[in-house]
Amino acid sequence: MKLALHYREIEGKSTGFWVLLGGLGLLIGLAMGSVLHMEHAGHHVTGMNNQIVWGLPHVFAIFLIVAASGALNVASIGTVFGKSLYKPLARLSGLLAIALLLGGLIVLVLDLGHPDRLIIAMTYYNFKSIFAWNIILYNGFLALTIVYIWFMMERKMNRYYRTAGFFAFIWRLVLTTGTGSIFGFLVARETYDAALLAPMFVIMSFSFGLAAFILVLMAAYNWTQRPLGDLILFRLKNLLGVFVASVLYFVVVYHLTNLYATEHHDVERFILLEGGIFTGLFWIVQIGLGSLLPLAMLYHPTIGKSRPAIATAAALVIIGGFAQLYVLLIGGQAYPLEMFPGYEVSSSFFDGVIGSYSPSIWEIALGVGGVAISLLIVIIAIRVLRFLPETLEDEVVDPHAAKAS
Amino acid sequence: MSNDVSNQMNTSRRNFLTKAGTTAGAAVVAPGVFLTTPAAAKPADEPVDIERRWGILIDTAKCDDCSDCVTACKIENGWGSANPVEEESSPEQQAQWIRKVGLKNKSTGHVLSLPLMCQHCETAPCVDVCPTGASFKRADGIVLVDKHICIGCRYCMMACPYKARSFIHETITDQKPWAPRGKGTVESCTMCVHRVDEGKIPACVEACKADNHNAMFFGDLNDENSVISQELEKHGGEQVRADLELNTGVRYRGI
Repeated sequence: MKLALHYREIEGKSTGFWVLLGGLGLLIGLAMGSVLHMEHAGHHVTGMNNQIVWGLPHVFAIFLIVAASGALNVASIGTVFGKSLYKPLARLSGLLAIALLLGGLIVLVLDLGHPDRLIIAMTYYNFKSIFAWNIILYNGFLALTIVYIWFMMERKMNRYYRTAGFFAFIWRLVLTTGTGSIFGFLVARETYDAALLAPMFVIMSFSFGLAAFILVLMAAYNWTQRPLGDLILFRLKNLLGVFVASVLYFVVVYHLTNLYATEHHDVERFILLEGGIFTGLFWIVQIGLGSLLPLAMLYHPTIGKSRPAIATAAALVIIGGFAQLYVLLIGGQAYPLEMFPGYEVSSSFFDGVIGSYSPSIWEIALGVGGVAISLLIVIIAIRVLRFLPETLEDEVVDPHAAKAS
Repeated sequence: MSNDVSNQMNTSRRNFLTKAGTTAGAAVVAPGVFLTTPAAAKPADEPVDIERRWGILIDTAKCDDCSDCVTACKIENGWGSANPVEEESSPEQQAQWIRKVGLKNKSTGHVLSLPLMCQHCETAPCVDVCPTGASFKRADGIVLVDKHICIGCRYCMMACPYKARSFIHETITDQKPWAPRGKGTVESCTMCVHRVDEGKIPACVEACKADNHNAMFFGDLNDENSVISQELEKHGGEQVRADLELNTGVRYRGI
């Protein structure tokens, strides 16, 4: 007998559920307290300054925004590319995309010098600014994904969901291109000024988003004691391996092209050899722990089939992603602007000096709060609406493949 | 009969067209005539002169270790050590509108010093990237921040090749009326727009002149008879990061 696919809300009555909710609420409370302090006292309480103008909140915000568009991939593979295996996951994929984006945007907005002027950001547009375009892209992404999920859930609208899914997919590609271009368009700074950053951000989103999706999926099914078959999980972890390798490829190409141009040798020496914390984060966390180790774990014939190992690999990809953005964002600003080639430069404004940055507790709390908001949205949504299939056993996901194996 | 009527109509139409054309022509030309009339001071209710492009030329050969220009800017615009503000901020966080930069040629050992501030680019990256349009360029080339719509995102600071902009990290009091510095917004050199509009020269240039250094020239880059244009024509002047082709309003000699 063929098992039918049923979606059901999670029960959400256990102590663990309330502890989780309370814990996330506490983190969000701490974040809001930090924001009040930062906005009341001014940004002097943060580690950010006039040399490192974007700090840890931006690392968190950009990670979440990039991961958001990537989280939608699982749904896109099912809807746009017709892989029926992924279809049961589409609702959760859309939900996670929305949740991550909201978390990221909240962090981004609350770090502004004037978060109270959000209405200005929504009403005054400079259309030459990629940042202004991003505001439109984010809102459009939220709207499209909500419609997409609605069409999937509402039987009457079901026949239109493919169209909605197609547009959401195209939109997400444009969105991540836009996010990458925030840096790619900065001609002034040597580490950013590269068209390669746009496609690199797209592939980063594939990797970070899928890693986040795998973790949320495993946690949700494990904690609610719903069955999650190997078929779908192994498919996802293999795909994650492909994405991690692709990001690695882009990172290699990015640095090789920089190394080819003599004018970039100094900045490359800084990031790859002499940058202290940035060099350490790059080689140890981004490349070692965040790329090579998870790749080895995911494709190992025995370890690759262990669930704790898969979850660890996904977590490592996320940690590596944070390191990657930290090196790119903060490292890129720490390296001094090259204004007078061939000269040693000195001034009272730290010209020619490597910028120093150590994140304050307030920035850390704000960033972590953003992650907590994303997770809270997911938990509340799956508690009140039918996002999760009751079971993702192999027989439900793909009866033919399950029978064959 | 019918011919007469049509002739009358043609005549009246011609008269009408002639009068209308003259009026329209006058309306188009008159403001132009007004605007090209040299005026020492610009009344506050009049638009900025689009024929002008204000600029500063800095002769590094005449610029030594003195920092009179920086001090003058601090006093004029109310920032830095000349004022009891930004005590909470670290030195890395404190604003600097203009700074002296020391340069030493790595191969020859030649040493020089120059003031660096907003370069008032014609195609300013800060103006391009600003999401709300708070970073803007006046018709006469002066790049400013509209404090009312700056949301404090700092994207302009990321985009500026000269590190000319500062973010205000704390509450500021006792501002000068013409320099409304405020927590959570970005600011930079205004080329003393409030003085320029009154027909005066920027405070830094005035201070440099007063001490007889004469390393700074201020004037209209579009007016070929201005001192700055003639100096540039005679001896030339370079842009910092000329490779970016931003057509800066501030030029340097001897870099």
